[in-house]
Amino acid sequence: MFELIRSNKRRSVALIASFVVILGMVGAAFGLYIGNGLVGTIVALVFSGGMAFASYWKADKIALAVSRAYPADPVQYQRLHNLVEGLCIASGLPKPAVYLVDDPAPNAFATGRDPKHAAIAVTTGLLEKLNRVELEGVLAHELSHIRNYDILISTLAVTLVGAVALLTNIAVRMMWWNGGRVNRDGDRDGGNPLAIVGLVLLIFAPIIAKAMQATISRKRETLADVSACQMTRYPPGLISALEKLRDDGTVTHAASTATAHMWIEQPMAGVGDGGHLSRWNKMFDTHPPLSERIALLREL
Amino acid sequence: MGIWILIGVVAVVVLYVIVVYNGLIRSRNQVDNAWSQIDVQLKRRIDLIPNLIETVKGYAAHEKSTLEAVINARNAAIAAPGTPAGQAAADNILTGALKNLFALSEAYPDLKANQNFLALQEELTATEGRVAYSRQFYNDSVLSYNNKRQAFPAVIFASILKFENKEYFETDEASREVPKVQF
Repeated sequence: MFELIRSNKRRSVALIASFVVILGMVGAAFGLYIGNGLVGTIVALVFSGGMAFASYWKADKIALAVSRAYPADPVQYQRLHNLVEGLCIASGLPKPAVYLVDDPAPNAFATGRDPKHAAIAVTTGLLEKLNRVELEGVLAHELSHIRNYDILISTLAVTLVGAVALLTNIAVRMMWWNGGRVNRDGDRDGGNPLAIVGLVLLIFAPIIAKAMQATISRKRETLADVSACQMTRYPPGLISALEKLRDDGTVTHAASTATAHMWIEQPMAGVGDGGHLSRWNKMFDTHPPLSERIALLREL
Repeated sequence: MGIWILIGVVAVVVLYVIVVYNGLIRSRNQVDNAWSQIDVQLKRRIDLIPNLIETVKGYAAHEKSTLEAVINARNAAIAAPGTPAGQAAADNILTGALKNLFALSEAYPDLKANQNFLALQEELTATEGRVAYSRQFYNDSVLSYNNKRQAFPAVIFASILKFENKEYFETDEASREVPKVQF
């Protein structure tokens, strides 16, 4: 278990490092088109560094605002607060802020930058449809995301993917208008092999970045499921909660593509229909199919 | 030359001992903190009981034996010794008495509908969960502390520096038995 958390941390560092490399390469390719590779690289790194810094401080508030979450009243939602407090005692974590989202679909997410600045949000549908033990399993899953620092990594990953996408977008647009740099006498500058490599890179970088983010996110979901059971010492609770989520067809409206990776169940429609997805789609899924997650928990 | 190698080796050993020592201290403090958490949760439970008794009395005052069992168990829990084993014994009796009280409430629809009673029941259920969780955390902390203490080479100087093994929290034999259901 702790071995898993450690290897997870190593992988996260590798993820961030490779993102920086991709960003640097995109920047270099970008720079090639404006005529100076070094300037492009520096611009890209400074730009994404700034974005990462801003998201470190503000991402949790943005995520909560986008999902229209509001603080849960401790008197009215006594059970919810009690369960979170109990799990925090079990794991030695400080109690995170607890938020509610008005949505009939059962779902939940965690956000923040470290255990001291974290928040858990659940939908009203989740409170209605799950019993105490199931709800505890879901909350333990979210607290595991906080304890394993998944909340920070996913926030940074999203920001970096965003930066890659934005930079390539700008580059592609510039090429469009500039015709790939036309010489003064009208000859196309098509002979530069570096430029072609750069073009290929610009096209594939966002796809690679997105697939990398999805891979890391899927691993973290599985890990959070397992550590949730370590917290509650009662796998059947989470299993039956995931089964209810699987059988519930309601789509979470409060979620958008930008926040999809954060929720316990992938909130988008058309995903997880029986768990049969094409390999291509599977590459960009932020969550493993619920049936796979349930099967894994059964083995515990 | 030789003297420098010697100084270097001594410095590395001293640094290593300092790091291990600090790790042990941190671990031991976590065990102590986890232990006091259990006390906090038990105290919270004890404080909730008088309110519960008052509420139940309003509806089922004649269920004297059940109510008295809870009150006695509560007093015993307050007077319980501070060792893990002694505390566990008193606490298990209290848990059993409370279980009887809540089973009794099934026979009184008015009591079951009382908002105050429901809130207290939720609060006590949650506190019982918290007691269990704080014990789980205590045991996890003891495990990681004992692991650190008994691993080589910390084991060489751990007892010299007065790092003792910590005791696990274990439930008694009675509560480990599966309860019998009779029809």
